[in-house]
Amino acid sequence: MTIWIIEEKCDGCQRCVRVCPYEGIEMKGGIASVTERCTSCGACIEACKKNHAIESDIKPRPVPDFSDRQGVWVFAEQNQGKLARVSLELLGKAQELAEDLGQEISALVCGKNVSHLVQTLHDHGAKNVYLIEDNALENFRTIAYANVIEDLVLTHKPNILLMGATGLGRDLAPRVSRRVGTGLTADCTQIVIDPEEKLMYQTRPAFGGNVMATIACRYTRPQMATVRPGVMEALPCKVENTKIIRHEVSLKKQDIRTRILEKILEKKPGTDISEASVVVAGGRGINGEKGFAMLRELADLLGGELACTRLIMEQGILPHDVQVGQTGKTIRPEIYIACGISGAVQHTAGMMGSRYIIAINNDPLAPIFKLANWSIVGDAHEIVPEFIKQLSSGGAS
Amino acid sequence: MNIIVLVKQVPNTTHIKLDPKTGNLIREGLESIMNPDDLHALEAGIRIKEETGARVTAVSMGPPQAVDVLTQAMGMGADKAILLSDRAFSGADTWATSYTLSKAIEKINEYDLILCGHQAIDGDTAQIGPQIADWLDIAQATYVREIESMNKNEAENEIIVKRRLEDGFERVACKMPVLLTIISELNEPRYPHMGQLISACEQKAPIQVWNAADIGAKTIEVGLEGSNTHVIKTFTPNFKRQNELLEGSTQEVVSDLIGRLKKSDTSISHRL
Repeated sequence: MTIWIIEEKCDGCQRCVRVCPYEGIEMKGGIASVTERCTSCGACIEACKKNHAIESDIKPRPVPDFSDRQGVWVFAEQNQGKLARVSLELLGKAQELAEDLGQEISALVCGKNVSHLVQTLHDHGAKNVYLIEDNALENFRTIAYANVIEDLVLTHKPNILLMGATGLGRDLAPRVSRRVGTGLTADCTQIVIDPEEKLMYQTRPAFGGNVMATIACRYTRPQMATVRPGVMEALPCKVENTKIIRHEVSLKKQDIRTRILEKILEKKPGTDISEASVVVAGGRGINGEKGFAMLRELADLLGGELACTRLIMEQGILPHDVQVGQTGKTIRPEIYIACGISGAVQHTAGMMGSRYIIAINNDPLAPIFKLANWSIVGDAHEIVPEFIKQLSSGGAS
Repeated sequence: MNIIVLVKQVPNTTHIKLDPKTGNLIREGLESIMNPDDLHALEAGIRIKEETGARVTAVSMGPPQAVDVLTQAMGMGADKAILLSDRAFSGADTWATSYTLSKAIEKINEYDLILCGHQAIDGDTAQIGPQIADWLDIAQATYVREIESMNKNEAENEIIVKRRLEDGFERVACKMPVLLTIISELNEPRYPHMGQLISACEQKAPIQVWNAADIGAKTIEVGLEGSNTHVIKTFTPNFKRQNELLEGSTQEVVSDLIGRLKKSDTSISHRL
């Protein structure tokens, strides 16, 4: 597999350089040149359609006939009989995908005594609900759940399977994808159906979150993606001719290989940043614990919560459950105040859905300003105390 | 006991800079490091080695220069290191990567415990661990923040770990062999030992390089060709908002901001 450039045809437009995900092409004397990092992925050939200056000996891989793969499935995650909100958000997205494809939506729910969840799933767009109840499914265990989903997928052959990128989903989805022999795209921020091929285009932050990549799963089914909570919107809707399909399983204890000894709750009430209407967040530009005490004071005055970037979580200043971003939470508060945050995409992926974004940073070139409604160039350690002062004294006149 | 630790060389994405004009990534001068979570996995393996006399093999897949992270692993105390490197491996998605690594693990054959970082900072997918566990048909535990004990409960080999959950944690007993994905809370990784590092660099310590043929994989099963997902396009995100820069003295900008918040259609506007 090789890719080469027809030098006479190259006009130096650099489109190929920009689309290459691997730094596999560079400019040499105004002409594109393939580097040793090239993986022969062919993205540059696609980009050079105008000039046809790039050729390769890659044989196109035949796309199998998937006409028997029908339906948009959502794995409905539940814990102790309570549905995870992300499952309803996924059903909201599924409504759009199913309409574009002209296919039906199904939800699958596993657990012990979970039949009371079926109606909620119908009410959010699921025409069919696959209900799997078994004592062995009471608490989530990877292999037990993977066995059940494998069985359902191989029997009913869905086209698409969506799961929440929760702790449970990120444990289970890769195992399921391997089991049923398909690809999986993690933490998608955007999912659309490509009008030409009817493929699911899945967009996610890539390369440390500094670029976005659109990914497709062309050669296998189901097309699987996980989506973080808060990214999609739940849409209640009326569905007619709903169906409940009970699915029997036989799970053997020795096959499951793990036993849950106990579960310990550690969560303090009232600190869920995904529920807050105002979030004050700090990053690298905030000076340690003292700086965060200042941000907390501001958050308290605004009736909001304190959040942070990954770096701050890694420094141990704030816990993981208030980290916003690709590896933390995705939130969409009414007001997001970013203090001393530069705005790397791995962070902004978790907050760009906020209604109003206020950015305070002393670097005028910080990317965070590109997505802020209101920008203040200045040191957060001067701006925030003044903010606190004016709020405490009754605000601006 | 035999422990395999999977490590990955990644660009240090926390130090990435974007070109202020084009918004594109500046890749020049980007430093390569061992993936942070993998450091914790390696540390966990070496601590078990120190307690029980286990043997630790570090395995990495990557270009020839990824040998650096294996040298580092040897310096920290791994007994053996294997680099999976072949041009055919490049461009792999998680399916092809987990397949390649599991073929190598099958070749190593003897293992009780496989440790890897929860996720890599260049991809953040957290898929490789669970997918390898499934290729090998063994148990898995993700988000492991503590390894409590081994083999103590029953006649059959079990390991008890604590897994982080969104609302707390759970204690899980896993049948061995098992694959654990490690989060940074688990431990504090050590620095490489100078003497061990020097032996690793002097090739006294064995760092083997295996290609596709060595692990019995066909080139159509690995790399880009063996992948199920493909990148259609990449782009720099563009967020459009009414962007207003508030200017003036500290007092003026803050008072301007509060004024705007008061006029905004949010639930807190009346409280300010």
